[in-house]
Amino acid sequence: MSGKDEAELSRLMRAAIAGDERAYADFLHRIAALIRGFVRRKIVQGGVDPEDVVQETLLAIHVKRHTWRQDAAVLPWVYAIARFKLIDAFRRRGRRIEIDVDDIAETFAEPETETVSERDINRALDGLPPAQRSVVSAVSVEGRSIGETAAKFGISETAVRVSLHRGLAAIARRFGQGRFGRE
Amino acid sequence: MKTDDLIKALDADARSKAMPLRSAWWLAAGAAAVVAAAVFMMTIGPRPDFMAAAHTIRFLSKFAFTIVLAVTAFALIRALSTPGAATGRAMAAMIIAPLLVAVAVVLELFMVPQALWSTRLIGSNMMICMSFIPLIGIGPLAIFLWMLRYGAPTRPVLAGAVAGLLAGGLAATFYAAHCFDDSPLFVATWYTIAIAALTLLGALGGRLFVRW
Repeated sequence: MSGKDEAELSRLMRAAIAGDERAYADFLHRIAALIRGFVRRKIVQGGVDPEDVVQETLLAIHVKRHTWRQDAAVLPWVYAIARFKLIDAFRRRGRRIEIDVDDIAETFAEPETETVSERDINRALDGLPPAQRSVVSAVSVEGRSIGETAAKFGISETAVRVSLHRGLAAIARRFGQGRFGRE
Repeated sequence: MKTDDLIKALDADARSKAMPLRSAWWLAAGAAAVVAAAVFMMTIGPRPDFMAAAHTIRFLSKFAFTIVLAVTAFALIRALSTPGAATGRAMAAMIIAPLLVAVAVVLELFMVPQALWSTRLIGSNMMICMSFIPLIGIGPLAIFLWMLRYGAPTRPVLAGAVAGLLAGGLAATFYAAHCFDDSPLFVATWYTIAIAALTLLGALGGRLFVRW
């Protein structure tokens, strides 16, 4: 484990929690690459799509970021969440795996790119109420800013933020409960 | 949705705030104590000779057991609800309360003639003990399980069980102020059964309710 990585990521996360969106984007991109490496090494046979686990972990990190203690190291926190989500993904698919904590050290760095396929998150997104779904899609897939999204739907920026926040929380909750589709 | 797109959405939501888990736990502990106190005062209340009893070692020893249980369980549940936090020491500290009870039981067996052992053990309040500790503890348990949902426990069943121990320690602290049975023999038996019931309920709650 590189101490420099840890110090830099902790610094970014602290800045993000203080409201620095740029630091947060930087943090999430770097963490995503680390988690992708970790998950791909753990999933040796099919059944679970690594990128689904990466996305679930990122969402969990986002909605649970108040559980990180700012005076603690950030990487053990990140990997504990990734491991939990990975085990959860296997459990849902009826497989069991053993995760060795010591293996984490090997999986650092090595940014990897994602593969494209049908995602769990799309199914969860489809299950959202229409207002939340359109706001989340606009900000993510269409890449619009909060202001642009507000203009597009003719609502206030606050309303966009509220819908976005609730939509993301609802998707995270569905993942936690193992529900993905429309119900 | 690509992961980069997801990150755009998460980043746009960066300004949303939630209370840090550590502060939330203290708030929850305060709320749980208020709920337990309210139920206690509205139902059985403290015993009439509370002030006089507070000078006897057996009466006070009950609070030592229950408060130590609550304090150690509180430390452990906070660690269990934080991903990646070390739990070893908090887990080891959970042995203190049972150890204190065990020592007190041994001392009691030395000090009390054998003929009185069963009277002391059975006491006069065991049904009240076994119903009111769970009754006082059920509200706090609900609060603690809700807190576990707010946190991120990677071992939900264990964390739920510890929520039950915490609720049990809190409820037993109030109940001890009511009960006339001060012998460690009574406490070791009936308090344990009542707290175990809450622990079981907590584990079940953790299994069914604590998903994230």
